[in-house]
Amino acid sequence: MKHLLSTADLDRAGAVHVLDTAAEMAATQAREIKKLPTLRGRTVVNLFFEDSTRTRISFETAAKRLSADVINFSAKGSSVSKGESLKDTALTLQAMGADGIVVRHHASGAPHLLATAGWVDASVVNAGDGTHQHPTQALLDAFTIRRHLAGRGAAGAGASLDARSGVGLDLTGLHVAVVGDVLHSRVARSNVQLLTTLGARVTLVAPPTLVPVGVEAWPCAVSYDLDATLADSPDAVMMLRVQRERMSAAGGGFFPSPLEYSRLFGLDARRLATLADHAIVMHPGPMNRGLEISAEAADSVRSVIVEQVANGVAVRMAVLYLTLATKES
Amino acid sequence: MSSGMPMPGGGTTVLGAPEIARALTRIAHEILERNKGGDDLVLLGIPTRGLPLARRLAERLADVEPTLDVDSLVGELDITMYRDDLHRHPTRTIGSTTLPSGGIDDKIVVLVDDVLFSGRTIRAALDAIKDLGRPRAVQLAALVDRGHRELPIRPDYVGKNLPTSTSERVQVRLAEVDGDDAVTISQPGAAEVAR
Amino acid sequence: MTAPHPETSVLVIGAQVLGGEPRDVLVLDGTITEVAAAGSLTGPDGVRTVDAKGLVLLPGLVDLHTHLREPGREDTETVLTGTRAAALGGFTAVHAMANTTPVADTAGVVEQVWRLGRDAGWVDVHPVGAVSVGLAGEQLAELGAMASSAAQVRVFSDDGKCVHDPVLMRRALEYVKAFDGVVAQHAQEPRLTEGAQMHEGVVSAEIGLRGWPAVAEEAIIARDILLAEHVGSRLHVCHLSTAGSVELVRWAKARGLRVTAEVTPHHLMLTDERARGYDPLFKVNPPLRTEADVEAVRAGLEDGTIDIVATDHAPHAREDKDCEWDAAAFGMTGLETALSVVQATMVDTGRMTWADVARVMSTNPARIGRIDEGDLPQGRPIAVGEPGNLVLVDPTARSVVDPRQQGTTSDNSPFRGAELPGRVVATFLRGRATVLDGHAVAPAGSPAPQEVTR
Repeated sequence: MKHLLSTADLDRAGAVHVLDTAAEMAATQAREIKKLPTLRGRTVVNLFFEDSTRTRISFETAAKRLSADVINFSAKGSSVSKGESLKDTALTLQAMGADGIVVRHHASGAPHLLATAGWVDASVVNAGDGTHQHPTQALLDAFTIRRHLAGRGAAGAGASLDARSGVGLDLTGLHVAVVGDVLHSRVARSNVQLLTTLGARVTLVAPPTLVPVGVEAWPCAVSYDLDATLADSPDAVMMLRVQRERMSAAGGGFFPSPLEYSRLFGLDARRLATLADHAIVMHPGPMNRGLEISAEAADSVRSVIVEQVANGVAVRMAVLYLTLATKES
Repeated sequence: MSSGMPMPGGGTTVLGAPEIARALTRIAHEILERNKGGDDLVLLGIPTRGLPLARRLAERLADVEPTLDVDSLVGELDITMYRDDLHRHPTRTIGSTTLPSGGIDDKIVVLVDDVLFSGRTIRAALDAIKDLGRPRAVQLAALVDRGHRELPIRPDYVGKNLPTSTSERVQVRLAEVDGDDAVTISQPGAAEVAR
Repeated sequence: MTAPHPETSVLVIGAQVLGGEPRDVLVLDGTITEVAAAGSLTGPDGVRTVDAKGLVLLPGLVDLHTHLREPGREDTETVLTGTRAAALGGFTAVHAMANTTPVADTAGVVEQVWRLGRDAGWVDVHPVGAVSVGLAGEQLAELGAMASSAAQVRVFSDDGKCVHDPVLMRRALEYVKAFDGVVAQHAQEPRLTEGAQMHEGVVSAEIGLRGWPAVAEEAIIARDILLAEHVGSRLHVCHLSTAGSVELVRWAKARGLRVTAEVTPHHLMLTDERARGYDPLFKVNPPLRTEADVEAVRAGLEDGTIDIVATDHAPHAREDKDCEWDAAAFGMTGLETALSVVQATMVDTGRMTWADVARVMSTNPARIGRIDEGDLPQGRPIAVGEPGNLVLVDPTARSVVDPRQQGTTSDNSPFRGAELPGRVVATFLRGRATVLDGHAVAPAGSPAPQEVTR
């Protein structure tokens, strides 16, 4: 695959292939020498128009572990903040010989434009565009779920697993609950598509104001009741970050107060205790401890939140390998 | 079966199952002889067919020296991420690297592959080994050496030396992967990818 | 008897008038003097003869909604280039919207635009006056001064923006009654559409673009209909795009209210599915809607609920469309593709006749704009004594749209690369040929059109 723009572009076999490749990458990260020469000579540009230290560092680490050269471009203080267009920025990168461009942008569709406008020859990896997609996040989420829960490896959170648990498998038979601000979440969109492609059943849980019009066309269930959804024994519960700014938006905000949100949609200690023994708790980060997720839940033995970050490097190594190792025209 | 038999698909069989078996038995004895026994030996098979060959060699070693355990002798070394020609071909699937439980530090590692050609696969394998540990020595066993080396690499153990032209295609079939054992040469057409 | 002036006379032979029986039509000194059986007329010496066999003859088209961008954005279009594009599209009159820089909210600016149009000579330009000063939606502009000016403004609109303050809208509706004016509303409740990018629905949810809900258009239309009823005024609804809006206008007409409505060619043909590739050529306000909405506006145009087709021709600079969707400007060009799109969606599908097309693209727009009477009337029937504002169309032609070959300066046509039926062969403005054989003809005695180097 030349670009990774959306999880909608991956079919089941393609998605499993990415996860299997990530498993091999993860295995190399358990060695003392974590570096591989695979992408030596390649130049990867991290083109970040939105602040994101975590994702950028994850991609940077992934690229460097594969011996690629990494250039970091952040919009603040750059020519972009002086009004340079996306097109001119792209042409500059092309002139500099970028082989791969990892792009995060506030406008949905910006990575699609970079990949199709003919401004650059590079492979484009979407690191998050507007409220549209964040495919590597969904891939690392799926990888984490698969490690813990797929097939015979259903050891549940806390069990010691090796990097290759779940290799070759998909997520058939698993139920994943995704809870939070679905309306503004690219992580939710990417996950609904990818998890469903891999055979899982997804339930979105949110207050009605944070569920998009048109969600009825999505391949998932929608619920306004977190307790009812948890009573259905999901195997994985993914909490999405809720921005406090949503409370002061036009019309008085999307929900009345943080307290009401936590009460109705937060993963607190009481709800945590109702989860099945094998269930895992996930969060793409950064967390609002006490708002969408309590400290107890974040720090519990079911939480795989820290592992998600580590898996992110392996998944991004896999994506960079699969998009950049070959010079396709 | 005698060599030289034409195969469907236009190839000529140069080694049949009995020849392959004898060659592996000989190689196993050579390995033990050269290394004065099986202590500290690790056989790393290069996927795809190097791995079943490594297992067969390990079984023969264990036949001769019963103190040896096949599973502790054999490992798998995937060299995809160390290749120097990745960008020239469609994306390759990455295979697994699994070392035996004792690791490779201070061991005698015998790389096992089916066909030795340009030597680039072995060079990538040496790079991979360097990142995995520090063996005492690295040796190379190949079922077939077809010549045309592009690097200063030579095998320590060879099943058969097969002079070929670069346009000919040498194909190894093994029961574990292909259902039967044979080494065939087929005529110019698609040049074999130098490995 | 003095010889007829060759510049403003023409004999059209064998044209299907309004798609009907072939006729000969003779225009002398700008006025139709004879309409007779095909092949029966001969032209006086020196009068141009046009063989119109197989061609359809319509009254010159009238666009009630065009953006000519001058003054202020001459890089995207000028009155000259825009009106020439209009002539190529078969138009003989256009109403130029007021959202220029400076805004057309005074007699001075509307007279400037009117004069530019007259000097260019391609079509009659009728400037639209802003409803509020600076389009700010706070205070009425000097509507009376604009009405009395040389431009004789009768249509007032803040198009580009909505007159959302109900009190201001009421005042405007009342005020224009004094000079038989009409307020043309761009219906868009601003609070419901903050940051909106495309139609709110299944597609927007999936591709992550902020939605522009249908209710934001319908709620304003409903309010404006009731206000117009209350104060007894006319109301015109610009670029109506949703099924619900069609229902509301149908209801208003059933109550006998003087509500008129327009639909754009692009809303007759394109849906929000076009947004999936994030190509801002398809970004427009109001946005492209769903299949159901497209069917509803087609039905509305067919049954007369929607009175006219108006292009909302909106040229934009390349850099305002060659970027990510969020950063792109809203709008599509349309003067030169309008008739073809109407033919493709309504005539070739058997829903409307060419006579119906004449009604919705010439007669009705002229009447709503109050330019169907007076010194230089438009939208008149093709009959003896009427001005020779005519367009000849070849309905059998098919061509692929190439924006670079169009007369408009800007390239933002959503029909780029599409094959559309019909071709404007000739356009006559009071007998004077502005377009012949599909090419613009420089008007005598006026500045030669500058060739745009590309």
